[in-house]
Amino acid sequence: MSAYQNLEQMKGDFYTQKFEAGKQDGTLIINMGPQHPSTHGVLRIVIEVDGEYIVRSEPVLGYLHRMHEKMGETQTWGGFIPNMGRVDYGHPMAWNWAYVGAVEKLMGIEVPERAEYLRVIMTELNRLTSHLLWWGAYILDLGAFTPIMYAFDDREMLLDILQRPSASRLTYSNFRVGGVQMDLDDKCLELIRTFIPHFRERLPMYHDLVTENLILRRRIEGVGIIDEDMCQRYGCTGPVLRGAGVAYDVRKDEPYSIYDRFDFEIPTQDSACSAGRYHVRVAEMEQSLRIIEQALEQLPSAEGKHIMDKAPKPSMKPPAGEAYFAVEGGRGKIGVYVVSDGSKVPYRVKLRAPGFSNMNAFAEAAKGTILADAVAILGSLDLIIPELDR
Amino acid sequence: MNAFRKNVIQPILDCWSLLVGLKITGKYFCKPLITVHYPREVIDSENLSTYGGHVELIGKPKDPAMPKCISCMMCVTNCPSNCLTLVKQKAPKPTPEQEQEWAAAAERGEKVVKPKAPKNPAKFTYDYTLCSLCGTCIENCPANSLQFSNNIYWVATSRKEMNIDLLARLKEQATELSAPAPKIEAKPAVAEKEA
Repeated sequence: MSAYQNLEQMKGDFYTQKFEAGKQDGTLIINMGPQHPSTHGVLRIVIEVDGEYIVRSEPVLGYLHRMHEKMGETQTWGGFIPNMGRVDYGHPMAWNWAYVGAVEKLMGIEVPERAEYLRVIMTELNRLTSHLLWWGAYILDLGAFTPIMYAFDDREMLLDILQRPSASRLTYSNFRVGGVQMDLDDKCLELIRTFIPHFRERLPMYHDLVTENLILRRRIEGVGIIDEDMCQRYGCTGPVLRGAGVAYDVRKDEPYSIYDRFDFEIPTQDSACSAGRYHVRVAEMEQSLRIIEQALEQLPSAEGKHIMDKAPKPSMKPPAGEAYFAVEGGRGKIGVYVVSDGSKVPYRVKLRAPGFSNMNAFAEAAKGTILADAVAILGSLDLIIPELDR
Repeated sequence: MNAFRKNVIQPILDCWSLLVGLKITGKYFCKPLITVHYPREVIDSENLSTYGGHVELIGKPKDPAMPKCISCMMCVTNCPSNCLTLVKQKAPKPTPEQEQEWAAAAERGEKVVKPKAPKNPAKFTYDYTLCSLCGTCIENCPANSLQFSNNIYWVATSRKEMNIDLLARLKEQATELSAPAPKIEAKPAVAEKEA
């Protein structure tokens, strides 16, 4: 028992005391993570350190629980869509798509071709903003301040584009059952076309500034090994799994919507460390650009409108039954499972958040590393805390 | 020799990447500022016009102070966060003479035509603290009477101020339209950069 734990006021709360069960001599229990309720992502990680080495760690969740699944049981089918924009502020379009896709599957609705293209373009643009946000914030976590400014410069352009069809800049909720809320106007398409070459020019600068940087490479290379076996045990998906060398992407392996029409690659890295996950995400941004380019080319020949004729109203009544729809989000496989009893209100909405599974691998990956590496591992998982708690 | 190369020479060569990073930072340091210093500068109006602020009513083209709204309650019933309140207008109260006339007409077996309630709403308030800006009310409005405003510079100090009367706002806008446009003191950021 360490000297600190003898003191009454240093005993800590339930989690810390429960955590102490197998403690060693001379170790210290510390809490990591922003825990103040007014911070944006409240995650608490209880860590037992021996000197600077982590003996064990345990994430404590529940500080940001907003009952999205329970809210689904009280809202109408259409009224739940704004919730989907708020589950994950990084990549809300994918959540929108997962929920809307599940309801469409349940009702047997076929979406017009043009709406599918618009969904692809907007989701991929949103994936870029998600990865840029992660890129800036991760480097910021590691102690470099400048790169987030470059990332947000480009992200700002994307937000200006995305606010046109969705009328919001962060919590998009513009997908509707049967299509999307607004069509992309000509000005918006032109902005996207000018953005793609601009961003391609900027990417080498990102690599020069950060990827090649000696300090970053020493911080993240070989740190936080999450290999294929671990991914299988914890259910990790997305860049974490692809960083472990498994080319699994829902867009390719279970093609939904019109993703089988595009030619793109799934970047993988065999190193399974933080650097691998970093490289996968940066390479994914280039692939997203490719998808957007192809979608823009094919868009004029697409039939139909941005939303189907006689699209269901928000108070629709899908037939009794159940449906599951999975999409590839910025952080991994997003799954939404809906059950209907034939009424205006869903019977059950289950949300499968990729971040939750990815985060669980942290405790094992961080074991035996030093405290500074724990930050590098946690950041490389790209956690959006509201998504973990839902 | 290999160990020497790996442990001594390679780290020194890798330091070159730090210089590359410094070069990029230096290059951008010399470029003009792209940050907009808000109270002194504002961003160009094109970006503001596409921004979706709170919901507002649209006036009739001939009478801008009167909303197109027909009080059908579609926006209120479909709103997921219940942030809209709409009160319909009641039919005008009949005078005693009118009542007598109608009673007499009913006795004669004639069809009584009572005056209908006006379609425009009596009260239309909106609570911005609850709104999730999903646009469901705008889509479901059969009269196209709702839209996102581009009221971006809106600050309130209390929760009560966030609860706005949309009818009063529409009247205010209509009077502003007829009056000459107010001058904006802050210059657009682009103009300042060029100068």
